[in-house]
Amino acid sequence: MDWGFILERTFSTLFGVEVMVFALAAVGLNVHFGYTGLLNFGQVGFMAAGAYGLGVTIHYFEWNFMIGVVFGVVYSLILAAILGLPTLRLRGDYLAIVTIAASESIRLFVRWRKMKEFTGASEGLGEFADPFYETALNPFDVGVRYDFGPFSYLGRDLWVLTVGWIILILTVLFVKRLMSSPWGRALKAIREDEDAARALGKNAYWFKLQSLMLGGVIGGMAGMLQVIQKGSIQADTFNPVITFTIWAILILGGPGRTWSPVIGSMIYWTLIAFLETTLRQLPEGTSNTLEDTIKLSDFNISQVRFIMVGVGLILLARYRPQGIFGSREEMALDDR
Amino acid sequence: MTGEPRPEIVFGSTAGGGGAAGAIHDHDNPVAGVFDDVEAIPGSKKPDPILIADHVTKTFGGLTAVDVEHLEIQRGAITALIGPNGAGKTTFFNLLTGFDKPNTGHVVLDGSSIDGVPPHKLANKGMVRTFQLTKALSRMTVIDNMKLGAVNQTGEHFWRALLPVWKRQEEEVEARGDKLLDRFNLTHMRDEFAGTMSGGQRKLVEMARALMTDPKLVMLDEPMAGVNPALTQSLLGHVKGLRAEGRTVIFVEHDMDVVHDISDWVVVMAEGQIIAEGTPDDIAANPDVIDAYLGSSHDADFESWDDGPAPVELPTDSTDAAPNDAASTDAASPDDEGSA
Ligand SMILES: Nc1ncnc2c1ncn2[C@@H]1O[C@H](COP(=O)(O)OP(=O)(O)OP(=O)(O)O)[C@@H](O)[C@H]1O
Ligand SMILES: [Mg+2]
Repeated sequence: MDWGFILERTFSTLFGVEVMVFALAAVGLNVHFGYTGLLNFGQVGFMAAGAYGLGVTIHYFEWNFMIGVVFGVVYSLILAAILGLPTLRLRGDYLAIVTIAASESIRLFVRWRKMKEFTGASEGLGEFADPFYETALNPFDVGVRYDFGPFSYLGRDLWVLTVGWIILILTVLFVKRLMSSPWGRALKAIREDEDAARALGKNAYWFKLQSLMLGGVIGGMAGMLQVIQKGSIQADTFNPVITFTIWAILILGGPGRTWSPVIGSMIYWTLIAFLETTLRQLPEGTSNTLEDTIKLSDFNISQVRFIMVGVGLILLARYRPQGIFGSREEMALDDR
Repeated sequence: MTGEPRPEIVFGSTAGGGGAAGAIHDHDNPVAGVFDDVEAIPGSKKPDPILIADHVTKTFGGLTAVDVEHLEIQRGAITALIGPNGAGKTTFFNLLTGFDKPNTGHVVLDGSSIDGVPPHKLANKGMVRTFQLTKALSRMTVIDNMKLGAVNQTGEHFWRALLPVWKRQEEEVEARGDKLLDRFNLTHMRDEFAGTMSGGQRKLVEMARALMTDPKLVMLDEPMAGVNPALTQSLLGHVKGLRAEGRTVIFVEHDMDVVHDISDWVVVMAEGQIIAEGTPDDIAANPDVIDAYLGSSHDADFESWDDGPAPVELPTDSTDAAPNDAASTDAASPDDEGSA
C-alpha cells in the first residue's frame, strides 16, 4: 500500500473544495436549523439558485462576473421568500415538505428541454467562470500543481480555495456576531418555543423569514463556489443527496455551534477520502477476497465508502448524538 | 353557604411558613374600595376598565368553547378568572392575546381596538401573558430568557445587530433582568440553562420574564399550578407586588384559597360563558358558582372559606402533568399569526 499517496489525498481533502463548499452550505443550514429550528430539507435548492443566478447571467446575458454574483445572491433571496412567505406561519413540518419539493422542482425545471436556451437543460452551462480565474488578483498559475508538505493542489483550485476559505471564515464570523446579538437571541427563543417568543413581543414570522433568507444566501454562495470550481453547471448535481450530506455534516459537528459546520465537513470528507484511497490501495489478497464477497469494483468502492460513513453516523447517533461540539446535557434538555 | 362573616384567613397559614415576599397586607391595596359600587353580576360596568370584551365567541367544531357577552377588567386590580376544567378560560386568554382568533366579537385595550392584532404587537402595547404549560426556553440561560423579554431592542434589527449600537441598551436590559431575578430569588440560577430548572422555578422565570416587557396588563394562566405551597406564597406576594406597581393582573386559578387571598374581583366561567362576577365573598356565596363546580368533577374547597384556615391542599388537580386536554389549547393553531 502506498501510504504516502493515501496521506496526501487525505490531507489535501482537509482544505479541499468539497470541504469548503459543504462547510459553507452547512453554515447556512446551521442558521436555519441550529439557531432557528427551521427544518430546511432543500438546502441544495439554494445552492442551485446561486449557481444558476451566476451562470445564466454571465453565460446568457454575457454580463459582468460580479453582476452574476449579485444575481446569485438575489435568486437565493427570492427563493427564500417564495418558500418562507406561505409556510413560515404554519407548523414547522410544512417548511420541510415545501423545501424538499422545491429543490427537486428547481432541478427538474432547469433541466427541462424548453429551458435549454437559458439553462442549457440537461447539457448544462459552461463558460461563465473564466473571469474568476483570469482576474489580475489571482496570484496562481491555473495549470501548475502546487505542493506544500502533504498538501497538493492545482493552481486553479488553489485560487478557488483561497477565495472560498476567506468567504467561509468571514461568513462564520459574521454569523457568530449575529448570533451573539439580540437578533440571534430572538432566533434561539423561536427555536425553543415560538409562542413564548411571540408572547414577549417578537415577530416570529419575520425573524424566521430573515433566518431563511440569510441561510439561503449562504447556501447560494456555496453553490456559486462549487460551480466556479467545476467550471460548468449540471442540473443533476443539485440532487437531494447533497442536502442530506449537508445535514449529516451539520449533525456531525453539532447544530447551533459556531465552527461545527466547518469541522463537520472536514471530518466527513477526509473520512470519505481516506476510505476511498485506502480501499483502492488494498493489497492484492485482501482485494480479491473482498471482490469475491462484495464484488469490489471501481464503481462500488464509491458506494462502500458511503456505506461505511453511514455506519459511522449511526455509531455517532448512538454514542455522541450531540455531535462533535454539542453538549450532551444541553441536548438532553429537549426531552423535558 | 351564606354570606355570613367568615373568620379572617391568616395570610400564609396554608403554607406552614410562607414566603418572605408575601408580606403585603390589604391596606397596601391601591384599589381598595374601587369595587364597592360595582354590581356583582356578569358583565358589570367597572369604573375604569383597561380591557373590554364584547360578544367574544369561539367554537371548535360543534363545541362553543367561549361565549362571553360582555366583560370589563378594572385597571390596577387583580382579577381572578375561575371555572371548572374545560370552562374555556385558556381559550379566552388565547382570544384576548391574539394567539387565537374569535369567531365573533371585539376587544378593546386601553381605549383602542385590538381585534386581529397579533400577539407580538400586543406585547409591545403592554399586554403580556404566561402559559398554562410553562414555556421555559430550555436551551437558553435564565438571564438570556430574561433579556429576551425586553421589548423594542435595537439589536433585534438585522443590520443594527451587526454594529455595536445596541451594547448600551443591552447593559440596561441585563441590569433590569438581574434586578428581577433577584426579586424572584433566582439569582443563583442566572447562568444555568432554563431547562435545568424545576417546574416551580420555571413558573417563576416565566413570570419574571413576562415582567421584562414592562406590561400594563399581565395575564397569568395558572401561575401557581404545580408549585409547592411555600413557593405559592412567594408567587402570591409577587402578584400583589404587580398591583402595588400599578399593573393590572388577570389570572386563572383553581385553588380557591389563593383566589380568595389575592383577588379584588372574581370572574367565573362555565361552559364558555361568564356565569358570575363579584368580590371573592360574593362569589363564595353565589349558588350558581357552587352548582357549576359541583356539576363538574372539580372539587372546589368553598367550605374552607367559612371554616377558618383551610387545610393544606396539594394542588393535584392542576399540575403541569394533569391529564386534561389543556395541552392542546396552549398550542396556537397553525394559521393564526398576524401580519408580517
Ligand atoms: N384547539 C382546540 N380544538 C378543539 N377543542 C378545543 C381546543 N382548545 C380548547 N378546546 C376545547 O374548548 C374547551 C375549553 O378549553 P380550555 O382549555 O379553554 O379550558 P380551561 O378553562 O382552560 O380548562 P382548564 O382549567 O382545564 O385549563 C374544552 O372543552 C376544550 O376541549
Ligand atoms: Mg386552561
